[in-house]
Amino acid sequence: MNVGASTGRFRRVPGGAGHPDVGTASGASAPVLEVSDLSVRFDSDEGRVHAVDRMSFTLDPGEVLGIVGESGCGKSVTVMSMLRLLPPTATVTGSALFGAEDLLRVPAARLRRVRGREISFVFQEPMTSLNPVFTVGRQIGEVLRKHLGLSRSGARERTIELLRLVRIPAPDRRVDEYPHQLSGGMRQRVMIAMALACDPKVLIADEPTTALDVTIQAGILDLMRELRERLDTAIVLITHNLGVVADIADRVIVMYAGRKAEEAPVRDLFAHPQHPYTIGLLGAIPRPGEVLEHGGRRRLQEIPGRVPSLAELPDHCAFADRCPRADGLSRSQVPELRAVRPNHFVACFHPGENGAT
Amino acid sequence: MTTGPVLEVEGLKKHFTVGGRLLGVHGVVYAVDGVTFTIGPGEFFGLVGESGSGKSTVGNCILRLLEPTEGTIRLKGQDITHLSRRRMRPIRRDLHIVFQDPYSSLDPRLTCGQIVGEPLRLHQLARGRELERRVEGRFDSVGLRSELRYRYPHELSGGQRQRVGLARALSVHPSLLVADEPVSALDVSVQAAILNLLRDLQEDMGFSCLFITHDLATVEFLCDRVAVMYLGKIVETAPTRDLFAAPKHPYTQALLSAALSPDPEVQRTRTRIVLEGDIPSPLEPPSGCAFRTRCPLEPQSKPRSHEEEPLLRDVGGGHLVACHLVGPGGEAPRLIGDPAVELGAEV
Repeated sequence: MNVGASTGRFRRVPGGAGHPDVGTASGASAPVLEVSDLSVRFDSDEGRVHAVDRMSFTLDPGEVLGIVGESGCGKSVTVMSMLRLLPPTATVTGSALFGAEDLLRVPAARLRRVRGREISFVFQEPMTSLNPVFTVGRQIGEVLRKHLGLSRSGARERTIELLRLVRIPAPDRRVDEYPHQLSGGMRQRVMIAMALACDPKVLIADEPTTALDVTIQAGILDLMRELRERLDTAIVLITHNLGVVADIADRVIVMYAGRKAEEAPVRDLFAHPQHPYTIGLLGAIPRPGEVLEHGGRRRLQEIPGRVPSLAELPDHCAFADRCPRADGLSRSQVPELRAVRPNHFVACFHPGENGAT
Repeated sequence: MTTGPVLEVEGLKKHFTVGGRLLGVHGVVYAVDGVTFTIGPGEFFGLVGESGSGKSTVGNCILRLLEPTEGTIRLKGQDITHLSRRRMRPIRRDLHIVFQDPYSSLDPRLTCGQIVGEPLRLHQLARGRELERRVEGRFDSVGLRSELRYRYPHELSGGQRQRVGLARALSVHPSLLVADEPVSALDVSVQAAILNLLRDLQEDMGFSCLFITHDLATVEFLCDRVAVMYLGKIVETAPTRDLFAAPKHPYTQALLSAALSPDPEVQRTRTRIVLEGDIPSPLEPPSGCAFRTRCPLEPQSKPRSHEEEPLLRDVGGGHLVACHLVGPGGEAPRLIGDPAVELGAEV
């Protein structure tokens, strides 16, 4: 698809066409990122908070990995800790291998070379993550000059190219504008342009479309899909929106209370969810077209109770108190992740698509 | 028992002037520009639109939190458009709101019991033991344990707070509840509980509801009728089922096609329309049809769409649409699956 020359006022996008379903998850190439036993603990006056508990995952080149969960489940902390972006009150253990280097242990100077150049970030709120007193061009240019050593004019030229790549209209004019002059969707495009400035191997997108309108959201997701195809960038997509995951992810991790509850290829997860929490989440959302298909209205499925406080995480299954399948075993031990099908893992003593097994 | 509509809004306009003598910028923001709709007894009416479409401003005008510039608002037949604050006071019993943010919409210095009891107290409907009893009943009906009456808002979770907000709004049995994005700030599993609750309470109490949101799936789940707003105007309104089955306005079609389905099989096989550009500034709305700057069918509709503003017309069955290209019998151009339209598109 020709990204640069988009002149039309709209595009019709055949859903899913043109991208392989499971990405490059065939296992032929080495993972670009390998996280093992990552735990994050915060020490505060009110005691210790275990935000992430022994998370492990891999990311293949060109793959889109979705991490879903509700607020406080540790999804953002997981990726922030990998790049050591957390405050000093956080204690991070485990390892995060990027190539041969452990990001948790490399010297700060080396880490600075990695951040923004090889692994880059797109945050949820494009207004607060752009500096209001510098032009868009200067902010993207800064990345190019610092990391790639481009000259002022070279950086400007490349910046305009990047803005064009993310489909900002009239990029040679926009480059001299300030963030407040752009709309929310355009700001997010600028963030993505900045993140892509150095052709990173990994893009971490933390709720990239949450603050945006539906029609703008669709455009941003298309953009990410295209970039993955053109540049083979691997993407870690953090979201609470199952629709976003259904649209773009190859593989999904569901997190609950700092732990991985389930991991599966996207179609398996939606068609054959195993963990009662995943099943609960899928039942809780109204689906487009549902009323039309079934005529009547169903009640949305509720998950009783609430997320446990991370300060007093139980030493048994964290979901047990809200789970219809919980029994003595669930209330005495932490379930380990186990494979229920190829590439489909679940941390539950009683996995299954419906009812208790 | 009223048989007429609970709420009638006619030609509602709200314009804001921006800038001042110091900045030297002058302009008028046409936030709401001629909105007309009615809500029947016990009806759930959804007002959908993207940010900046003016949907919340409509809600705020109805509640008289903003002074309407033009138009009339009638509640159960009574014109409330320009009532003074004092005259408005007894009417507020009939008209309540649930806000989006359950954190900032509850007074942090009052206990939850006081918050829920306040409308009852102010309208002098109950006091003393009777007040206590009613508050307890309200807590029970929204699924909160009655001990929570003595807690302060900060001690509660987001979902619990939203229940307190709902209990407060419904404590005086209003005929109309305005709910402005009541679940957007909540987690998915909590949203489900609040949406179910809203429907249960409606069945029990029979109030009407103006439900303002950007989330189409929620509207489809909850509402009887829907209006879609774009740049301060309603572009299409219809019974929910009709609107979702056969959207007629190009904007509605694009909006529905862009909504994500939480099912990879569905989501990855369907065709969607991605609109280019953003909502134009309400400071300088385009001439003629407000949607023409982003409309995929603009080549077909010009020059008429540049010169003449399309009016909301009834095309049968309570389906109203404001588009030049829609025929008198409701024949609408389809953005998806119509070869004539396909030619003009860049794929």
